[in-house]
Amino acid sequence: MAWRDAKASKVRLLLFMASIILGIAAVVSIQLFSTNLKDNIQRQSKSLMGADFIIDSRQEPTVRAQSIIDSLQPDASEVKFVSMIAFPKNGGTKLVQVRGLEGGFPFYGSLDTEPSAVSGTYQESGGVLVDATLMLQFKVKPGDSIKIGELTLPIAGALKSIPGSSAFSSSVAPPVVVPYRFIEATQLLQFGSRKEYQYYYKVSDTVNLKQLQDQLEPQLDLENADLDTHTSTTNRLGQRYDNVGKFLNLAAFIALLLGCIGIASSVHIYIKEKLRAIAVLKCMGASRLQSFLIFLIQIAGIGIVGGLVGSLIGVGLQQLFPYLLKDFLPFTLVISITPAPILIGVFLGLFMSILFALLPLLRTWYVSPLDVLRVDEKASQEPTKIRLLVFGAILVFLYLFSFWLIKEPLYALAFVAGTVITFIILAGVALGFIKTVKRFFPKHWNFTARQSLLNLFRPNNQTVVLVVAIGLGTFLISTLYFTKDILLSKTEVGQTSENANIIVLDVQPPQLDSVAQTITANSLTVLNNIPLVTMRMHSINGTLVNELRQDTTRQIRGWVLNHEFRTTYRDELTESEEVVEGEWVSQINANDPIAISISDNLADDAKLSVGDPVVFNVQGVLMETTVGSIRKVDWAQMQLNFTIVFPAGVLEQAPQFNVLTTSVPDDASSAALQQNLVSNFPNVTIIDLRQVYTLVEDILDQVSWVINFMAFFSIITGIIVLIGSVRTSKYQRIKESVLLRTLGAKNSQILQISAFEYVFLGLLGSLVGIILALISSLCLALFVFKEPFIPSLVPFIVFLPGITLLVVAIGLSNIQSVLRSSPLEVLRRET
Amino acid sequence: MSKILKITGLEKTYTSGNKQLTVLHDISFDVEKGQTFSIVGPSGSGKTTLLGICAGLDQPNAGNVELCGQVLNSLNEDQRAQLRNKNVGFIFQNFQLLPTLTALENVSVPLELQGTKDATEKSKTLLEKVGLGDRVHHYPSQLSGGEQQRVALARAFANSPSILFADEPTGNLDEETGEKVIQLLFDLNKENGTTLVIITHDLELANRTQQILKLKGGKIVTNQLTSAL
Repeated sequence: MAWRDAKASKVRLLLFMASIILGIAAVVSIQLFSTNLKDNIQRQSKSLMGADFIIDSRQEPTVRAQSIIDSLQPDASEVKFVSMIAFPKNGGTKLVQVRGLEGGFPFYGSLDTEPSAVSGTYQESGGVLVDATLMLQFKVKPGDSIKIGELTLPIAGALKSIPGSSAFSSSVAPPVVVPYRFIEATQLLQFGSRKEYQYYYKVSDTVNLKQLQDQLEPQLDLENADLDTHTSTTNRLGQRYDNVGKFLNLAAFIALLLGCIGIASSVHIYIKEKLRAIAVLKCMGASRLQSFLIFLIQIAGIGIVGGLVGSLIGVGLQQLFPYLLKDFLPFTLVISITPAPILIGVFLGLFMSILFALLPLLRTWYVSPLDVLRVDEKASQEPTKIRLLVFGAILVFLYLFSFWLIKEPLYALAFVAGTVITFIILAGVALGFIKTVKRFFPKHWNFTARQSLLNLFRPNNQTVVLVVAIGLGTFLISTLYFTKDILLSKTEVGQTSENANIIVLDVQPPQLDSVAQTITANSLTVLNNIPLVTMRMHSINGTLVNELRQDTTRQIRGWVLNHEFRTTYRDELTESEEVVEGEWVSQINANDPIAISISDNLADDAKLSVGDPVVFNVQGVLMETTVGSIRKVDWAQMQLNFTIVFPAGVLEQAPQFNVLTTSVPDDASSAALQQNLVSNFPNVTIIDLRQVYTLVEDILDQVSWVINFMAFFSIITGIIVLIGSVRTSKYQRIKESVLLRTLGAKNSQILQISAFEYVFLGLLGSLVGIILALISSLCLALFVFKEPFIPSLVPFIVFLPGITLLVVAIGLSNIQSVLRSSPLEVLRRET
Repeated sequence: MSKILKITGLEKTYTSGNKQLTVLHDISFDVEKGQTFSIVGPSGSGKTTLLGICAGLDQPNAGNVELCGQVLNSLNEDQRAQLRNKNVGFIFQNFQLLPTLTALENVSVPLELQGTKDATEKSKTLLEKVGLGDRVHHYPSQLSGGEQQRVALARAFANSPSILFADEPTGNLDEETGEKVIQLLFDLNKENGTTLVIITHDLELANRTQQILKLKGGKIVTNQLTSAL
């Protein structure tokens, strides 16, 4: 009977199925992708690091650290730092990451070069491996030379990949691999420069790395060094991508949820139309269970087939993800198909369709045989207790599924609450709109406009479901747009104002005047000249940092104890900071107590208040200070900000280097300045902020691509729900249109009525979506990004009319068959 | 008397799969202006099809239909709709009211489609005439069958039609209510001087009209005047 009945309604049932297919496809594709990602990370664990474990230090290892490093006999070592290089062939300059390597690194994975043979010979031949993209950009070939600091070396080949580098980090500072023995001759490892020493170890599989890490980590920690095993590193990496996966999973889940609400709404109308037929069946002796099962089996069938089709589409879709995320992944992703996500897809299809269709399905249980005579909607409704039970089951399932996806009970709760609230707001607005229209009905409007408004609350209308579907899709896309605006607004300010966009780092005191002259000789102005003094904390509030490191009960954050602070001194505050506690001391005289100013985040992390004593180790000299003031710093401003600022009159004689900033008008003057500076001062590092802005924009574009992709699922699901709803109400529309035509309405009037109805639906849904997005983005701007929010007009001038037009187009796609229907045939059907 | 409806050599066939089903065969008859006319016949004899074609709701395969002086065959869908809107009224067995509109709004529809300004006032008067002055703001679902048919009656007369087609107007009503509706129909018809074409199984009702056309198997069996003349 279920099959016979389903055959008669197959088009509608297929549309119900289509509502969940995309949601399932999204969930399955992302599940498969996450599983593959985890497998790949684990499988490539060693080749991602290139060794079994690494000891690294952000300074030259201390004597104690060096003895530990040596006792373990490193198989390879490296020093890496960021520096400018120049290609003498064409004068091109670029900020790169210099990796001075010694030994047979990598021991796992490979050093991919072009020509491939040079990866094994560059150490001996004394050539440099240069990032392949960089070589293409600057049109240099193997055999050309590269100037690194004071040294010019031949380029041995192009570096295509090296363990531990992703395309993302490479685009900031592309890697340049140099045989270790040449590093000293570059003269770049000077005082003040940032560098990292790494020692690579290859051990047999029998060595317990965890035990080794537990044993050595505390000792190395005291020496400002660190031990990382390939498993701990890949775990961290896995976690990072896990977060991306979780986010995508939730977005897919929303699309699925939307589809399920579409099913619930369509099944509600489907069952309502079948109530009389069910009553007839009951009259003929069908039991409640039998009549319930007829429709339950239909829905279960839809769920299983929908789940299966969705899973198969998901399997195909997951092939896209490596392309979408390729720049974030430091390795090639090998896609394989596992059965678990497909089974989950089928289960989800079955379970969610039944769960969401349960309420309307239950009506078949409660419908009375008496309804053959007259359907009494209220009498055939299930008891409130049962309704609450079903709603409860839906919420519990939503929570459990979200928890399974994100593994955090509180986040899962927040997600479910957030989703439910968004749905409630959208549904509430739709209901509110209907009520308002009813109450303040525009009686003076012309007939077609009024009739279309009335259609929004006709019996069996799906106004609420459609507004939720359209609104949610628009909300997701618009939030993304507004948020991107908040993030990008900073870069725009940076590019258009007179702010510095070139930063020259590592200027040694003797070079200061000449560097400044080079800048002015290029017709540019030196905007800032900031002195930098590096130091570490020696004691905090009277307790030695070394003691604090060993104190397991300390509240001070670990980074404070190990960090090499780059401080400055000046007699005034900058625009990006404001004193929130204490008093700003601009200058002090000899022998006065030294009152420093610290940022609020350092005060929190180091548990420091105004008046607390801090002793610094300024390159071997201990300096007693007290916290004079605490500043709130706007770190988001792209300028040099400091956690610790000394007053003028203290550090002037300390070993220091300087940072100069200037503003260049275009690419050509930036290139000319960089060329001049690098050829005269090889040790200085130049950061072109305009490139960083472009990079930030590129990254945001890519991230938004991924989010857009997920929002696309919601939009498409929304469209399917819309098509389903249009089909569901098709007969009713035909009936009404035919009646109007019988009474003398022209085709254009009937067309107008439908068009206006969809315009109202489209406008309402997308407008509410955009307004919700506006509010949530405003909250994000105020509370998360702490930025002023100037919303983009794009959602209003593109999404609003675009989505409305789409809704109208889908709605009207059905109208031709309505207009073509013979009035007589329809009028007869009723008799 | 002039002819308001002139049917000549009407043929109507439906195609079902490979089979051709002739529903109406060689039908010709006239209806005089102001006349009351009934079409009777057993189920499946083609009554409703004939009414649909007469009113321009469907197209014949052959033959001519002239309604209110216009040959329907030469008009397109919109022109036929306009003709109906100006000159034709309808009453259906199952009332065919728009469920989203109140009684008053349902009656106003033909006037609104014409763009008449005082549609509401006119509709109110008509509803009062059919005895529903106190139910103007009720929705169809809030009205009984008899009341719904009375709203349909008021709607049928709203555009002051020249001709009114009624398809089994009492088919869904009990005898007493049916009688009241029919009385109202004839009264309004008389008052407005409208031509009335009724389709019915009810011979008693048919005998109250001036002429009866009997159909069987898609053909005219008899077409005769009654004593009601």
